[in-house]
Amino acid sequence: MSTILQCENLSKRYGARTALDNISLKLDSGRIIGLLGPNGSGKSTLIKLINDLLSPTAGTLLIDGHAPGLETKKIVSYLPERTYLDENLKVSSYISYFADFYGDFDTSRALDMLQRLDIDPDLRIKTLSKGTQEKVQLILVMSRRARLYCLDEPIAGVDPAARDYILSTIINNYDENATILISTHLISDVENILDEVVFIQNGHIRLQAQVDDIRCNQGNSIDGLFREVFKC
Amino acid sequence: MTWILDPSRPIYAQIAELVRLDIISGLYQPGTKLPSVRELAAQAKVNPNTMQKALTELERSGLVHSMRTSGRFITEDIDMIQKMKENLATDQIRGFLEKMSSMGFQPQDTLKLIEKILKEEQS
Repeated sequence: MSTILQCENLSKRYGARTALDNISLKLDSGRIIGLLGPNGSGKSTLIKLINDLLSPTAGTLLIDGHAPGLETKKIVSYLPERTYLDENLKVSSYISYFADFYGDFDTSRALDMLQRLDIDPDLRIKTLSKGTQEKVQLILVMSRRARLYCLDEPIAGVDPAARDYILSTIINNYDENATILISTHLISDVENILDEVVFIQNGHIRLQAQVDDIRCNQGNSIDGLFREVFKC
Repeated sequence: MTWILDPSRPIYAQIAELVRLDIISGLYQPGTKLPSVRELAAQAKVNPNTMQKALTELERSGLVHSMRTSGRFITEDIDMIQKMKENLATDQIRGFLEKMSSMGFQPQDTLKLIEKILKEEQS
């Protein structure tokens, strides 16, 4: 199994505040990995570092052997916490933008998913409900044939039925050689689709383990273990 | 299909049991082809890797076998399926008897009670 992401002694400070403190982490290809931690633990900071939206204060981060930049953006598909879709544009414009920007974007796949959800590509983003906007954003991100998908809180703002749809979209579009990193605090919802979890707290990695190992060794679900580890 | 999962046991093991139950119950007939890993994973709402592991487990037990390119098939060995069915039923009954005994019922009392309930249901 090859390594898709490797961090060594990676730190990120915002002024006096340390968001990530000297973390080392290795993620393999072909896995669905949960990046789990309470609010403010450093999840989004790590994801932003992976996507070159922030620069490390110290340490290294390599994606398929490259530092974040042009090369890595070709192989990393990113779903940010908040949607960046311009309300005045049509869904179809975004399909063509993505096809234009990303060599690995599969237009027919995107159109197919929109059709299955009954979303008319000619509609403007502002006419869609919040949940539908999030689905459109996810469809755009999952229609790329990327090596690493970074999904930052993909299910936070939507109802349970939409959550199911989003999770099945992730499962159905997941290519065996790609890795999906999902950051969330809604653990019980994603637990069954994860291979592996990384617990992060106050900028430190608390635990990295296989889901089934945790269940076998601790006799506890990931949700249960999370509640134990991060007990307030 | 409903997939109720026990938090303290590996997901793949529970999924393997559910698929086994579908074979034993005849939902998947002997000798027929199983749906693909991806389809099963989507149905169960689990990761394809987990489903893969569950099916490998079933292969080890001999209940399914994989044909290199054409997918996975249910065994044609009806005796084996029948035997697993009996084993599963035996486990259920043992568990039930244990529960009854913890409530203070001797096996013969339990049996009488079962007969009584069956008669009531028939009438």
